Amino acid sequence: MLVAINTSGLKQTRWYEFATRFALGGLVTAGAAQITDKLGPSFGGLFLAFPAILAASVTLVEKHEREGKEKKGLHGVIRGGQAAAADAAGAAMGSLGLVSFACFVAIFIPNHNPALVIVGATVVWALVSSGVWFARKKKLCRRFRFKTGKLSGTAGP
Amino acid sequence: MSELVIRFCVGGAIVSAFALISDLFKPKTFAGLFGAAPSVALASLALVISKQSTIVAATEARSMALGAIALLCYAWLVSWVVMRFRLPALKVAVPALLVWMGVAAGLWYAVLGSIE
Repeated sequence: MLVAINTSGLKQTRWYEFATRFALGGLVTAGAAQITDKLGPSFGGLFLAFPAILAASVTLVEKHEREGKEKKGLHGVIRGGQAAAADAAGAAMGSLGLVSFACFVAIFIPNHNPALVIVGATVVWALVSSGVWFARKKKLCRRFRFKTGKLSGTAGP
Repeated sequence: MSELVIRFCVGGAIVSAFALISDLFKPKTFAGLFGAAPSVALASLALVISKQSTIVAATEARSMALGAIALLCYAWLVSWVVMRFRLPALKVAVPALLVWMGVAAGLWYAVLGSIE
């Protein structure tokens, strides 16, 4: 299996978990705006990549995986930890896409249509993130990983 | 105040949308890519462009690139510590936010501190 779409993940998520993500997302966005107002757009811009959602996400992934195993009568603590680590390793790869997104916006937005730049940057994020993921999956980075050790984390897909 | 409420709602909606998409994908490492989705950035930049200017948006995006490098360090650290020491994800992910802040602020001072 390379990548699959599975709706069972949605069924596992409870209403208060959706509410938590909504509230965290809203708080980080509003908080980033407040910091920008107080400290300026240069320092405030850092918070556009604040990982509050990731902290919530890895915790939920660990919980769902642990509960899934426990329902089958298995000890799910280790599996839960592995799933959380895999989720965070994926986010590390995705953050390279986020760097590309930010660079694309910073370079092109002053002189081009802002809406098109934002859409283009989102496409760049998707392409770079999934490109890094597929490259790792296909072991194209093997030589680089060999030189640098376990660069992409210990959790496999 | 009303602008803050709009930011809260727009940010919450975009973050929730990416989280929903993330829940659909397997394996976990691919779903994890959405943990670094530009959700907060999309909400913030859209509002900055509509209320202020594209120059301000470019300034924010330039710093965001440094924040994203800090995010890479944060996510890698969380993944490694959870696997290596078998600690609960929450006990690693929340204190590690200080690492993100330290790396992000350090990069900002090193790269942009002299310009600003």
